[in-house]
Amino acid sequence: MSINSTTKKVDSVTVIGLSGKITIGEECKHLRETIRGQLSEGTKSILLNLGDISYIDSTGIGELVSSFTSVSRQGGQLKLLNLTKKVHDLLQITKLVTVFDIFEDEAKAVKSFGSTQA
Amino acid sequence: MAKETIRVEITLESNLKHVELIEVIAQTVAKQCGFGEDGLHEILMAVHECAINAICHGNKEDLQKQVGLSLSVHPDRLEIRVRDQGKSFNPNDVPDPLDKENLMKPAGRGILLIQAFMDEFRVGRCENWGNEVIMTKRLPSPSQPEKGGVGREHQ
Ligand SMILES: Nc1ncnc2c1ncn2[C@@H]1O[C@H](COP(=O)(O)OP(=O)(O)OP(=O)(O)O)[C@@H](O)[C@H]1O
Ligand SMILES: [Mg+2]
Repeated sequence: MSINSTTKKVDSVTVIGLSGKITIGEECKHLRETIRGQLSEGTKSILLNLGDISYIDSTGIGELVSSFTSVSRQGGQLKLLNLTKKVHDLLQITKLVTVFDIFEDEAKAVKSFGSTQA
Repeated sequence: MAKETIRVEITLESNLKHVELIEVIAQTVAKQCGFGEDGLHEILMAVHECAINAICHGNKEDLQKQVGLSLSVHPDRLEIRVRDQGKSFNPNDVPDPLDKENLMKPAGRGILLIQAFMDEFRVGRCENWGNEVIMTKRLPSPSQPEKGGVGREHQ
């Protein structure tokens, strides 16, 4: 499997750092299970750091959208941090830049969740 | 190099595990054409999406079926064809993933990406096969090689 994730807590925000690829198969499954795990623990504020993601395919983009939807359904927020140019271009082509809140600075991103979210 | 044409054709069992091989072959030929890092990445993504569609939608993951890849280098363009053994499909009937009502759908963006990364995308029928997706990309001009490209004079 070519994806790895690390999780840390910054204030009330869970920052998930992903590295590798988000592509069809095991990689997408890993992302889905990571998000599901966080939601089951009651996490509401998730910041996905995609800085070390080299490659996302259409299935991976779909997985990001599904993650966004499932976090929102639980009353939470999922935002994106540190997109590479390639990944940013993909979100531009698919018009998902209009859907996701995208940040380049972790501190700013964390702050944007506000203090009411847990 | 100018008049020489490279033509590579392979046929594989319609299995998702072969997608990587298809990608590697396409990348190798594309490198020969002088594409730089960005061009190679775009070709990789287009071939990846196309092969997965052929295997999943065209052949419905039936391992008895086959997927075909053909790469032809023309003086001005690289042409890539991906064949499956499935029922015909018309890309014009596919919902537009950029429509507001489709924006949050979990799928339906593969063809959009192929169209964004390649200069041409069309779907036809291929005798003894099923669908044939034809994608082309203009070769980088040799006088202004794309950044990171392999100079064609080295061949
Ligand atoms: N080779 C094929 N044979 C039959 N139908 C196809 C083929 N390729 C694409 N399609 C049809 O076109 C639709 C759109 O394909 P596209 O790759 O854009 O999205 P998708 O495969 O549904 O989802 P994803 O975003 O994960 O790629 C598919 O759902 C399928 O109905
Ligand atoms: Mg697809």
